[in-house]
Amino acid sequence: MAWTRDEMAARAAQELEDGFYVNLGIGIPTLVANYIGDDIDVTLQSENGMLGMGPFPYEDEVDPDLINAGKQTITELRRTSYFSSADSFAMIRGGHIDISILGAMELSETGDIANWMIPGKLVKGMGGAMDLVAGVKRVVVIMDHANKAGEPKLLKECSLPLTGKACVNRIITTLGVFDVKGDHLELVELAPGATLDEIKDKTEAKYTVSDNLVEHEAA
Amino acid sequence: MKKVYPDAKAALEGLAFDGMTLMAGGFGLCGIPENSIAALHAAGVKDLTVISNNCGVDGFGLGILLDNKQIRKMVSSYVGENKEFERQFLSGELELEFNPQGTLAERIRAGGAGIPGFFTKTGVGTMIADGKEHREFDGETYIMETGLTADVSIVKAWKADPEGNLVFRKTARNFNPMMATAGKVTIAEVEEIVELGELDPDQIHTPGIFVQRLFKGDFEKRIEQRTVRERESA
Repeated sequence: MAWTRDEMAARAAQELEDGFYVNLGIGIPTLVANYIGDDIDVTLQSENGMLGMGPFPYEDEVDPDLINAGKQTITELRRTSYFSSADSFAMIRGGHIDISILGAMELSETGDIANWMIPGKLVKGMGGAMDLVAGVKRVVVIMDHANKAGEPKLLKECSLPLTGKACVNRIITTLGVFDVKGDHLELVELAPGATLDEIKDKTEAKYTVSDNLVEHEAA
Repeated sequence: MKKVYPDAKAALEGLAFDGMTLMAGGFGLCGIPENSIAALHAAGVKDLTVISNNCGVDGFGLGILLDNKQIRKMVSSYVGENKEFERQFLSGELELEFNPQGTLAERIRAGGAGIPGFFTKTGVGTMIADGKEHREFDGETYIMETGLTADVSIVKAWKADPEGNLVFRKTARNFNPMMATAGKVTIAEVEEIVELGELDPDQIHTPGIFVQRLFKGDFEKRIEQRTVRERESA
């Protein structure tokens, strides 16, 4: 049980509000775009220099001058604007983007995030991740609750080099939703089939359980 | 002063030297100065410090300078889409300085604007902040980053006029406008050079003062991740 990648993305899409400017990270966060409700209007930003990102092109629309931050070919919309990387990061670092949804390898109980390097392995770089977590108004992370060996990824302190310190607001994992409350996390939603015991087993970070815990039922 | 040159080789004449610092525009393979990169490859200059968001792929873009062992150091935000990069980095032949992408863009913008340093929140509390000056503004901690300039900047635009006024197209703009401002000499390669007066002065992205040399190039425009969707059948 618990949430699949698509279900986490669908849950993350509920974080978006009408009128939001949104930056989605590479990987599972990209799937969030598939679950944006018809009742809200949001604008997707791509940090390589575009506001108003459209869907993938049809074969005959592919344009090498039009890609997203994951270097995938995409399309423009009627609302689209293009700009330089400096303007793009003025939006991000200047607090003009409403929400950033991104993945993580580790998270701490104080909202530190590590998602860019594993010492000893080849490091590809942080790209725009450090700017996003430092500058965007609200930072939401989507991640597996535990690693493949079942070991916690929500930790007292991150063991991996940080991408940002005390910058995450909410965490959506395979098992539930947590809010960062300064010095601890608060479990606010439980994924279908997940139990408080399982979360206890697989969480190292200090957390409390919300009095208004929402327990999702299987769809 | 005449800015228009016949090709990349002519535009680079007298500018390239061993140990030079080069800025190269582009994001991934989008909006990269393909022709100037090829001419630098042919010129064989080495020990280059290259400031560019990425480092191409095996056999294309900046990857061809790597293959030829012409690059000593990269200043980038994201690399490693090429095996040769990995090999040279792991063997210690290639030096690498990671900058957060926004910090890199702002360092170049600052360098071109005569700003030697600035403060940013990006990277505070991470290894990027090690050894950098920290300062508080209104109760928040920031780190100092320095401006970047280059001996030569090579940029790619869509259209230019003979004055060097540039217009970019879609997401091929990316780092090109800032890099044009930060080169001691900036070489722009474009798809089309139009007559004076043909570009709308209100729609110019990079004013010609930032461009010293200019030529019309031939572009392969390779795509890194070709993603498409199917048309719904009627």
